[in-house]
Amino acid sequence: MKPLFSVSAYLALKEIWRNRGRFLLVSLVIALITLLVLFIAALGEGLGNGNREYISKLDGELLVYQEKSDLLIQASRLGTGRVDEVRAIAGVADAGMIGTASATLLLEQDADPLKVALLGVEPGHVGEPAVVEGSQLGSADAGEVIIDRNTALRTGLTVGDEVTLRVTQGTEDVFFTLQVVGIADGQQFSLQPSIFTPFLTWDRIRPQSEAELTFAEATANVIAVKLTDPEAVESVRQEIEQGVENVVTATRMEAIQALPGYTAQQSTLNTQGGFTLFIGILVIGGFFQIQVLQKVSQVGVLKAIGTSNPVVAAASVIQIVVITVIGVAIGALFAYLFSLFFPPTVPIVFNGTTSAIALAALLLIGPLGGLVSIRYAVRIEPLKALGLSS
Amino acid sequence: MNNITPTPYALETRAVVKQYQADAGTIYAVNDVSFKVAAGEFVALVGPSGSGKTTMLSILAALLKPSAGQVLLDGRDLAGMSESQRVVMRRAQIGFTFQANNLVPYLSAVENVELMLRLNNRLDKAGRLRARELLARLGLSERLNNLPGQMSGGQQRVAIARALIHNPSLVLADEPTASLDTERAYQVVETFAGLIHEQKRAGIMVTHDLRMCEYVDRVLRMQDGKLVQEYTTPEEIMRLAKGGRES
Repeated sequence: MKPLFSVSAYLALKEIWRNRGRFLLVSLVIALITLLVLFIAALGEGLGNGNREYISKLDGELLVYQEKSDLLIQASRLGTGRVDEVRAIAGVADAGMIGTASATLLLEQDADPLKVALLGVEPGHVGEPAVVEGSQLGSADAGEVIIDRNTALRTGLTVGDEVTLRVTQGTEDVFFTLQVVGIADGQQFSLQPSIFTPFLTWDRIRPQSEAELTFAEATANVIAVKLTDPEAVESVRQEIEQGVENVVTATRMEAIQALPGYTAQQSTLNTQGGFTLFIGILVIGGFFQIQVLQKVSQVGVLKAIGTSNPVVAAASVIQIVVITVIGVAIGALFAYLFSLFFPPTVPIVFNGTTSAIALAALLLIGPLGGLVSIRYAVRIEPLKALGLSS
Repeated sequence: MNNITPTPYALETRAVVKQYQADAGTIYAVNDVSFKVAAGEFVALVGPSGSGKTTMLSILAALLKPSAGQVLLDGRDLAGMSESQRVVMRRAQIGFTFQANNLVPYLSAVENVELMLRLNNRLDKAGRLRARELLARLGLSERLNNLPGQMSGGQQRVAIARALIHNPSLVLADEPTASLDTERAYQVVETFAGLIHEQKRAGIMVTHDLRMCEYVDRVLRMQDGKLVQEYTTPEEIMRLAKGGRES
């Protein structure tokens, strides 16, 4: 085995080195494909993250929706009384109302206003994000706000600053001033940076129609539930659905999948990534096939002087793997360097797992693409290749 | 592979036949050819185009299986071997120079010669030294690191060194002078013959150029797949060599 690998590696690497210009070009093509695949993966991750980040980081296992809301958070309406009913269910450790809306954050001087997700959460209950700087929200109706890292990066706001929100209530633009008390890590929702206010404050400052302005009772969209035993999800959700009228429950994963456009967006990006990999297989396969066609007589000489088929095949595999690894490494390096210069407004996230899967797929496309050429090389007959057949 | 038929010759062919089926009937490319070559003997295989000498050479090189007969190399019958066994024989017991496209283009002269030792897992310090010495004897000491593309005149000589470096029992050359001018052709064949005699290999050269027979010990003439004539005495061979080129 060792001599086989040693001779194969020797032949493969010598050929690469002596034709390094040609092989480098192929590696650069693979690098470009790598760059494209990694960016599509990062874009998918970034867009997906922008949609699901707050939900995925919730410190709870279940979300409670209004029945027949099709698990659409914005379509679900739950009165404030429901949260006490949910908290009373056995196995529920905590529950917190969550209200969602959009608002415009007005920034100083000439800066463009920033559209943000305005989320109402109950201070001290599940749904309120943990701050990494500053303090948690105070009372249920305080004029305080926690901003997420994305908001902080895009506005330059820090703890202690005052922010002005513009919302439409009825037919009027209304302005509210709140104080930033804490900064949480990334908590995007609906592809927007997020700010969190106490639930009752949220209910007061959120955009409302004329009809809602006259409606006295606060209404949440969903209730986040933290369980005493996270393993008992199925039994507790049954208890909630039976014990509280007109509600349905969803796990965090189900809630994410039900986010508007999330599944379609992710499948579109995954398809793009898949097609790019497929094109990569064709490009690499085409190159190595042309190469083996150009060196039929050379392979014929090698076989005629006693080089076995396993050595010829292993040399081809080693060559393809080396070229692919170099190309993927260059592409990954470029992707990393480019990522350093992207502003936070671009939804690109190089997640370790997603990037690793993309890189593994990219490393596989070389050998996959080269399979036909390897088969062809192994089937070359020395007699024909050397023109000795009659 | 271990079945050895005793023979005092390095190479012995016994009633070798190679036949093909064609629309017109059976074609005999090689028909009942028997000959023997001793170690240290250099034999030329001549004959007009289509006489079967290239087919015969391919059979001797273990690249082609005969339809019938035996090809005994050091007593082992190539005809009865599997493809993988013949690959091992080509690698270990046979040296071969081809008419063209002889060398691996991305290996230098010395690397091409050392390749045979690598394939046989026998490349060591002594082997490297021997490769350089052999190339030096062939007048290539200044071009050891040249790639084949940089040494048009020297390719055949590198191929000869490659054919001999691993001490094979049988050395085959297919038209080794086809791409050389007359002066260089004489030089190459003379050196080739000298090395075969000195290293006690059985050597067979297929050639159209009868002038090159001047350096061989025996000439076998083939026609229509058959061995039709054998020239054994120096006088006969010299007379043939003076005759010039085969049609």
